[in-house]
Amino acid sequence: MKHPLPLIWRMIPEKYYLMGSHCATCKNDFFPFRQICPNCRRLGKVSEKRMPTTGTVYSFTEVSAPPSGFEFEVPYPLAIIELDNKVKILAQIIDAPMEKIRIGSRVQMRFRRVGDDDEESAISYGYKFALIEDAASSAKTDKPAKTPKPTVSKG
Amino acid sequence: MRSVSIIGGGLSKFGERWDKSFRDLVVEAGTAAVIDAGIEGREIQAIYGGCMSSGRLVGQEHVGALFADFLGLNPIPATRCEAACASGGVALRAGYLAVASGMYDVVAVGGVEKMTDFDSADVAIALGGAGDMEHELFFGATFPALYALMARRHMLEYGTTEEMMASCSVKNHKNAVHNPYAQYHNEITIEDVMNSGYIASPLKLLDCSPITDGAAAVILCASEKAKKFRKDPVEIIASSQASDTISLSNRHCMTELHATKVAAADAYRRANLKPSDIDVAEVHDCFSIAEIMAIEDLGFFDKGKGGPASLEGLTALNSEISINTSGGLKATGHPVGATGIKQAVEIMWQLQGKADKRQVKDAEIGMTHNVGGSGATAVVNIYKRL
Repeated sequence: MKHPLPLIWRMIPEKYYLMGSHCATCKNDFFPFRQICPNCRRLGKVSEKRMPTTGTVYSFTEVSAPPSGFEFEVPYPLAIIELDNKVKILAQIIDAPMEKIRIGSRVQMRFRRVGDDDEESAISYGYKFALIEDAASSAKTDKPAKTPKPTVSKG
Repeated sequence: MRSVSIIGGGLSKFGERWDKSFRDLVVEAGTAAVIDAGIEGREIQAIYGGCMSSGRLVGQEHVGALFADFLGLNPIPATRCEAACASGGVALRAGYLAVASGMYDVVAVGGVEKMTDFDSADVAIALGGAGDMEHELFFGATFPALYALMARRHMLEYGTTEEMMASCSVKNHKNAVHNPYAQYHNEITIEDVMNSGYIASPLKLLDCSPITDGAAAVILCASEKAKKFRKDPVEIIASSQASDTISLSNRHCMTELHATKVAAADAYRRANLKPSDIDVAEVHDCFSIAEIMAIEDLGFFDKGKGGPASLEGLTALNSEISINTSGGLKATGHPVGATGIKQAVEIMWQLQGKADKRQVKDAEIGMTHNVGGSGATAVVNIYKRL
């Protein structure tokens, strides 16, 4: 589907960096960003906070009947992911055959193209998640993962 | 608050109505309701109309005014209500409140959706707007996908199986055979459902309600005046509504619709009834898993027992509790704005003893349960004969 350019621009912090919110009163994190803490309301002290980029698959499905704009991607896996701060987020799972996706699979955020079905509008980008093969390598962290350094061939 | 009753109801035929326009459907159902109520148009004082996607699909907005105009009811006030698939339920409740408050004595409530003129991918976009556009539809999450995500959790947490879900569709098709207004009149088997191909795994085509054109209407009247119009009005003894997060992912629990539980608890309290008092219920089975969650959340079965209960036939016509005697959304069809009103019409017929071969024996107390989106709105009403 076509998204207006200002919308794509406004969504950059959350779609690119998983920018959500944190309430200093109840200590809860929220994604997407909320100006008002639903627990504390007026007493809440809400500020921006980046969500952790790793988590586990909480539920998943494979979409075979797509909405317009996704016709060329079917079938595609879609999941609810429980991030490592317990916040849940809906996202596509990429680069994995369906058989490998399980509830409890470890995943990490990737930055991907989401939609460019209209030649005249901007390409929208955002988060998707990839399975992490080795659970040990995804040590629990509450901080956004650093961008891995490109490996340089030493040949 | 005054007591409010339904004094008439009517439906358009549900289905692929290529011969009928959006406004034709409104007139078809509205006329049937007015004739059933035995009233004159000039006795109607206000209109509340439920419609979700007329702008996105038909291109028509301002449908409250369109209702009044083409029903020949100008210049009375006409208001559109939108709450995704609960638009009809919310319109019904708005009409109920308008009469209960004493503002009006007689109001017309309708719901409509015209959907089959359009490509299914475009309808998926329109319906997807019932969820969080920026965080669900943006990533390709259709409505079947959202309910599939709930189904997968329900299977994990309670051992619900695809066969249990399929049994809801089988039962609803069986009921619809006897509903002349239903989109489908064919019985199906569990094997048919299991072989029908995935839409969003584990949900298959026959787990999903169809795309449908249709309209429904009821005439509400202050109960103190209702018997002037007919001898068997149906009283709305409770009408409750609740909200939840627009995104599925923000819910604490994905194996229940919290808004349903809240609305149901409030409705039972207002009616001073308990789940076992309900004889017949029209519940929101937009997907088979939704019926299983509904019969649990409404208190008819314990959490996790909805699947086995469905498979064992405890929700069939004249069993433990008769669920979706009309055929539900699955087999009657789901013109989203009309569904909440269609449910009320079915319960009216059941309580008047007019449901023919799908009649629940000695039905005295009925319930309707209408859900918007993936559960962000729920409306629960309880009815009895006046």
